[in-house]
Amino acid sequence: MSRIIAIASNTFTGLTRQKVFYILLIFAIALIASSIFLARFSFQQEFQILKDVSFGTMSIFSSLLAIVATAGLIAQDVEDRTVYTILAKPVPRFEYLLGKFLGLLALLAVSLIVMGALFAIVLYAREQVLLGETARRMNTAPRELVDDALNQIRAAGLSSGVLLGVIVIFIKAALLAALTLFVSTFATTNIFTIAVMIAIYFIGHLESVAREYWLTQQTTGWFAKTFLAIVALIFPDLQAFNVVDAVVAGVAVPMVLFAKLSVLGIFYVAIYWLAATFVFCGKEL
Amino acid sequence: MNRVLFPIALLLAFGVMKLPAERALAAQRRQMDATEIAGPGLRGRVGQLGFTAALSGFRAVVADYLFIQAHVAWERTEWGRLLFLFRQVTTLQPHVPLFWEMGAWHMAWNASAAAMSDASQPRAALRVKAQREYFALGKDFLERGVQNNPDSAELWEALARLYHDKLNDHEHASECYAKAASLPGAHSYDRRFSAYELSYCEGRERDAYEKLRALYDEGAKGRPPTLIRRLMFLEEKLGVPPEQRVSD
Repeated sequence: MSRIIAIASNTFTGLTRQKVFYILLIFAIALIASSIFLARFSFQQEFQILKDVSFGTMSIFSSLLAIVATAGLIAQDVEDRTVYTILAKPVPRFEYLLGKFLGLLALLAVSLIVMGALFAIVLYAREQVLLGETARRMNTAPRELVDDALNQIRAAGLSSGVLLGVIVIFIKAALLAALTLFVSTFATTNIFTIAVMIAIYFIGHLESVAREYWLTQQTTGWFAKTFLAIVALIFPDLQAFNVVDAVVAGVAVPMVLFAKLSVLGIFYVAIYWLAATFVFCGKEL
Repeated sequence: MNRVLFPIALLLAFGVMKLPAERALAAQRRQMDATEIAGPGLRGRVGQLGFTAALSGFRAVVADYLFIQAHVAWERTEWGRLLFLFRQVTTLQPHVPLFWEMGAWHMAWNASAAAMSDASQPRAALRVKAQREYFALGKDFLERGVQNNPDSAELWEALARLYHDKLNDHEHASECYAKAASLPGAHSYDRRFSAYELSYCEGRERDAYEKLRALYDEGAKGRPPTLIRRLMFLEEKLGVPPEQRVSD
């Protein structure tokens, strides 16, 4: 266990030194700039766009980070010859891979916690400013109208759904990281891994369409059916993790759905990691 | 050989296991979301790029971008483009009441007003025709909006406003305000407005009177000046005995 923790912490430190956290700076600038720009809209429009842009940015940054950082995880160690030093010691290969993967998950978690906190602060600050302004402007209006207006602002502002959205984005990023790890175990270059993962990213979002066509359409030929079956069986359904849109739209996401999604995500991660470990254990380094 | 076959077998076995779970999740999401975003009509409506982006998890961001474009189109009074953009936005995000409401507002209030003051159209009849077409477009946005979001009090309220302000249809306005009032998050005045609208409908004065009277009887908080004026008007019209009438 201590070996896994040591490898994980080293991986985390190594990735941090690659200045990946600059992504957070870009996120902060995008968030603050959009919140200033959006001040010209009504508060419902402002909050809607602010949430969409923030979740969208969080999703793309975490997915990119997961793919790019994982693609170089093993390749970098092979290039630096660090992997030989580590594996020459009594460290089983699966422990090495698990440590690497946990280090990366820690990086994703820290990035998303910072982005989520930043987002929550900006949203809360705007909500407070708007509440103050509205109360001041409506100080002569009847009490019930003021209460209605303030409640509307609170309903459009910060809610517990934000946390739910961030957790789902993390699960999706972890899934992509596990899949990238698997691809990187048999890929020869980083570029190949990243290119394959970008293709998988798009295919994954269309997997649900392929699955439904495969299982419900009777008229499709055998070639198309086989192709659709391969897509449906091998690729993850990334569209399932896009519940963030519903969160922003204010649709109440049932906890049962959230729990099922989390379990499915954990299963995906475990299976892809297992496949990666199997390939890596038999690989000649 | 095993090194290749085992991971493939593992992925396929997991694929078979995950299928029912994924299908159940998709069904549950459809129930919650009620939108088939990847439907065949979407590509035609949002274009190739928007379609790809929408299916890559950036549906909301694409919708926001188009919404901002629509805002620019409004500033330039490009009404045709505005309608086109709002149709795309609401196709991408049918569960955001704000977009339906904004689309309807632009059509029924802004574009219709612009059509009436269109200097390039000298014939008043054609200007009125154009104005009515914009009212209908606004109504269409709100009707499709409430179909997609039946629990949105703000959309029902917007539809009531449109019936009242633009179509002079008090009966439907009253029904929509009543519907809004029955939903969570409704404004406190929706119930009152429903009764006001009913009081303008020929033959529905008795119903309106009973509703307004019930509001009045709830206490001083439910007695704004308009309510008292409408009540007095109805008491006069219905011949309510003096001892049963409200005091000013």
